[in-house]
Amino acid sequence: MGLLNFIPFLRRSTDTDLTRLPSGTFTMDRKGSIVSSTLPTSFPLAHVREIGRCVMDSFRAARQSRIRVNEIHIHYSTLKITAKEMKGSAVVFVMPTSLEESSY
Amino acid sequence: MVGLTKVLIVDDDEEFLSLYQKLLAQHVTVAGGVLTANSGQRALGLLESEQIGLMIVDLNLPRMDGLQVISIVRRKHPQTRLVVLTSLHDEQFRARAYALGVDQYWLKPETDHETGLFLEAMEALMRRDAQIGFRGVQNKSLADIIQIECLAQSTSVLRITHGVVEGRLWLVRGDLVDAETQELKGEEAFQRIISWTEGTFESLPGDENRTRTIFTSVQGLLLNSAQAFDEAAQAELQDPVAGARSGPPAPVLSDLSGYAGVECAIVLDEQAGVSEDHWGIHDPKQVADWTHKSMKEFRALGEKLRAGDVRRVFFIGWERKYAVSPVGTRDVCVGFQSSLQLGEMRDILRTILTKWVC
Repeated sequence: MGLLNFIPFLRRSTDTDLTRLPSGTFTMDRKGSIVSSTLPTSFPLAHVREIGRCVMDSFRAARQSRIRVNEIHIHYSTLKITAKEMKGSAVVFVMPTSLEESSY
Repeated sequence: MVGLTKVLIVDDDEEFLSLYQKLLAQHVTVAGGVLTANSGQRALGLLESEQIGLMIVDLNLPRMDGLQVISIVRRKHPQTRLVVLTSLHDEQFRARAYALGVDQYWLKPETDHETGLFLEAMEALMRRDAQIGFRGVQNKSLADIIQIECLAQSTSVLRITHGVVEGRLWLVRGDLVDAETQELKGEEAFQRIISWTEGTFESLPGDENRTRTIFTSVQGLLLNSAQAFDEAAQAELQDPVAGARSGPPAPVLSDLSGYAGVECAIVLDEQAGVSEDHWGIHDPKQVADWTHKSMKEFRALGEKLRAGDVRRVFFIGWERKYAVSPVGTRDVCVGFQSSLQLGEMRDILRTILTKWVC
């Protein structure tokens, strides 16, 4: 097993094609288009749109059920999403969390 | 699916696969052999046709990445043990892998010593499965598991999770010395824990110096609890009405009115989205539809982002605030006065869920 020390594929790195969970903010207009974003460009736009669509749909579903909701906080095991509705448009904050932080 | 339990290594580097296939075959007791796959798709195919007890997977895979593979395997093959073996030195991916349910996360060994440790860990994982079937214990009660640990003369901490409630049992050389759950300690805590009929458990490193609070033998404690269960069952048989009265009270949502700031609650079946119980809600169907639709979307989003499970969702409104939490196969939605702060809601929700689950 001494050979292991010389084998290049075993070297550790931080380079990856995997998508990291981002930290940042984006805003959406009332039509659901992304207006501005501070999220890293490495985070796929499709994911940003999907987050936006989900929170906008939830605001819409609340309105349809006559429940007045203007802010949503979604806590995943490793990610926190906060969305605030502002006259039909929305600002969305995205932040990764550690397992310890989310385990309440 | 036929044959003996096999190990599957998934990595896109053929040289790595070949090397680790040999190392695992030489140093780990694997009854059915070591298989390899150079992509996630191939690995998923093998999982369908072979009996895979342990899957070792890299995170950097072409097309379908490791996190995606883990997410699918955990859902479709919950019995398979999952170990990440990657060169990716990144805390976020480690946390996400654990959130998706992997058993262990290893950086690819760089030295002989590290390789030895990894192989030892895999051997221990396989041996543990072979001896007591750690994951294959769905048909075993907690009493069986405790007895097995005691017979094995284990020094360990058994962490038992029952919904949102957690309990711990301290074993020193097969002797039960302490127990703890919520506000209970010692024998009282043990009796509470042993009454749980479902949940998950995990064996943590032991603590030889744990102060003893339990002085009755495990067998004695188990006999006492078995006797209590039998008496309760007998009473129910003889007089079902009285039996029901003497048993633990069923959770009643209207009891939540005792919590300051709580205004309403609804319990939904996670899959169907129908209300199983509600209190203080004028139109339960409307709330159920909205909660179910939102939670379904958020779960799908979490899966797409590989961010793990939805733990809690808070909806803030001018008139009322809502907190939704998954509990087993249900979603519990609690409505709060709008004046409450997020932190207060979180604390009250936690207390409610703890009592509700128990």
